[in-house]
Amino acid sequence: MLSMRGIGKSFLGVRVLSGVDLEVRAGEVHAVVGENGAGKSTLMKIICGVHAPDEGLIEIDGRPVSFGHPLEAQRSGIAIIHQEFNLLPERTVAENVFLGREPVRRGLVDRAAMEKATARLLDELGEGPFGPRDTVKRLPVAQQQIVEIVKALSVNARLLVMDEPSAALAEHEVELLYRLIGRLRDRGVAVVYISHRLREVFDLADRVTVLKDGARVTTLPIGEVTRDELIRLMVGRDLGTYYPPRSAGAGEVRLSLRGAGNHKLRDIDLELRAGEIVGIAGLQGSGRSELAKAIFGAEPFTTGEMTPSRPRSVREGVALGIGLVTEDRKAEGLALRQSVRDNVLLVARAVGAGNRAGNRAGVRGLLERVRLSPAHREQEVRYLSGGNQQKVVLVKWMTMAPRVLLFDEPTRGVDVGAKAAIHDLMRELANDGMAIMMISSELPELIGMSDRVVVLRDGRVAGTLPAGASEEAVMRLAAGEVT
Amino acid sequence: MDLLTRARRPARRSYGGLASHLRDPARVVFLALFGLVAAGWALVAFDGGQFLTLESVVGIQQRSAALGIVAIGQTLAILAGSLDLSVAYLISLTSLVAAEIMAGQDRNAGPAIAAVLAISALVGLVNGLVITRLQVHAFIATLGVGLIIKGVVDHLYDGPAGKVPESFQLLGYSRVGPIPVSAMLWAGVAVVAWFLLSRTRLGYRIYAVGGNEEVARLSGIRTSRVIVITHVLCSFCAGIAGLLLAARLGAGAPTVGTDGGYELESIAAVVLGGTALAGGRGGVAGTVGGVLLLAVLDTLFNQLEVNSFAKDVVRGAVIVIAVAVYARRGTRRVA
Repeated sequence: MLSMRGIGKSFLGVRVLSGVDLEVRAGEVHAVVGENGAGKSTLMKIICGVHAPDEGLIEIDGRPVSFGHPLEAQRSGIAIIHQEFNLLPERTVAENVFLGREPVRRGLVDRAAMEKATARLLDELGEGPFGPRDTVKRLPVAQQQIVEIVKALSVNARLLVMDEPSAALAEHEVELLYRLIGRLRDRGVAVVYISHRLREVFDLADRVTVLKDGARVTTLPIGEVTRDELIRLMVGRDLGTYYPPRSAGAGEVRLSLRGAGNHKLRDIDLELRAGEIVGIAGLQGSGRSELAKAIFGAEPFTTGEMTPSRPRSVREGVALGIGLVTEDRKAEGLALRQSVRDNVLLVARAVGAGNRAGNRAGVRGLLERVRLSPAHREQEVRYLSGGNQQKVVLVKWMTMAPRVLLFDEPTRGVDVGAKAAIHDLMRELANDGMAIMMISSELPELIGMSDRVVVLRDGRVAGTLPAGASEEAVMRLAAGEVT
Repeated sequence: MDLLTRARRPARRSYGGLASHLRDPARVVFLALFGLVAAGWALVAFDGGQFLTLESVVGIQQRSAALGIVAIGQTLAILAGSLDLSVAYLISLTSLVAAEIMAGQDRNAGPAIAAVLAISALVGLVNGLVITRLQVHAFIATLGVGLIIKGVVDHLYDGPAGKVPESFQLLGYSRVGPIPVSAMLWAGVAVVAWFLLSRTRLGYRIYAVGGNEEVARLSGIRTSRVIVITHVLCSFCAGIAGLLLAARLGAGAPTVGTDGGYELESIAAVVLGGTALAGGRGGVAGTVGGVLLLAVLDTLFNQLEVNSFAKDVVRGAVIVIAVAVYARRGTRRVA
């Protein structure tokens, strides 16, 4: 029912998609896979009318369409379920389902009709652990997803785009998602399913389209491809050459955890050594970011041992020589409206070392070391590219000369060139004797960079793998599959 | 229907009982109100007096009416994720407009009311457009508009002016049994606002815009329009309060709004009533409770002859504690 041909899109001169074809039939589950940055999200946003394509043709039921606004796509029967839900937590299920389209009778909102229609849709899906009058925020995440799906069905969506729908779900909740998708398929709804979890792709999809570096690699019926082949199609390159060489050996132990835990983590044993990059893998919600924040002191450990000592606050963490490059640099890493220089000195000034680290020559030296061009140095940080912003965050910590540096998704939203530069810098810092811990959802990056990969699952260490482990081995540990 | 009830039951059970009733801040504020009345009764009785005499009940209602009406309008603005600091200045302006046009003549009441509502609508429209079109934060936008009004009023008047005819003054003073007309007016405004919020599309949209503007926008709601309309309604309420105060004073006064501190008091009452300052959660009932709570507190202090500084200290503490309590309830709920 949907056909896209030759779709191309650039942002600020950076080509994100070129010549992508995608064809989705009614009643099929069509998986779209690819590494982070392969262009999946952009493609989905084009389907849903958030972005307009620069080139290419979109047809629905053979008629060409062009969407200027998400509403126009909605009217053509296309709905999307985002990773972050688009629900009003304070309102009821029925109010969310009919948001902006409330039925009226004699000028007044017809609550009864609204709730009845919602109840009917819930019933059709066969899922009714809650009713139309329940407040959304009181529902568990998986049930909130049902609300999203009901919302999509209530506009008679014929094509439903699901962007990483399982990301926020616990293992047992995924079952429910499978059931729902099965029922959607039975109703003749086309589902475009985006997921990093290959197991789900094989469980659910009828066909799969592989994207890589903004172009379509292939589209195959799921029966004609094996898991390994699919990974090869997605990665499509020799991993070894892309990353800086590993270090010769690890030095002294800089930080060690024994049975450490808090409300999200349990029994964590971990050692970080000078000169070593330790990769942390795990699915979303496995406790990766929480581990970094706990070591750093932002959400401290409450049990277990940490040597040299267990920080109870960020200030103590910084005093121990620990730095954290956060996952979301715009929200947690940078003061966007301040200059590069002010941002670089953020930590130093906060702990009262501003004068020591603040001499212009020192900062300039560090900025030169990360190769941030002089033109950028007095600019407000928000005008910099993602890659350059990340360099600023990095320098912010380098001013403190930390002994341990934690990276949470250091190359998210960063283009390929800057990515390589950040990888080189990380290795350089390690070679200078820093202990580095790195979290990444991008398995090729994680495996390519790490001297050791520690896999987390449900807040515990599921296992440790040596350098150069296969993606499959990591995924198997992360997903807890027994083979 | 059978399906409906069956589907709903489990959720009901798990969240039923007293605890769930206490989760609703509007109920908390009314409980606090009853508690306060009981405590006040005991305290005053201990002092050898009687707390809720006919006189004091009427006093509480009259004291609350003007603030109550302004706070209803403020509730709408805050629910939509905005707020209005210009109401106090607008009240002064409209009291003058009303008294000047009436000029002591009964027959001028109609035109005066029409003029007040027209001016209020205009001010609300300007507030809304400055916020949505010029992208100025509501705090600054309405403060600026308020200061402009103040400048104009101060330039033209340096004391009370105009005259309200006797018949219109009845709005301020007469009562039916124990209920003053002004309180009825307040109740009327509250019922209309409640109806608007819970039964009309506009009401649903106000909650949506305040809850999450992006979600609202992506659901096809014209968010700017909702915000503008909300500000017009909020200004209407301020205009009605201006009329009421003019009736009570018998004249218009350039400082009647600011002396009453209506802008901040109304926001305090709304927040005390459990409406989230960020918008999207709360309602009219809580605001009514918040206003009454403040008025009862006032009356109690007057009867106990507590000095006015201590009064402010307690009021401030009550507001801060209330919001802290609501915030705790809010965070504990995360599933």
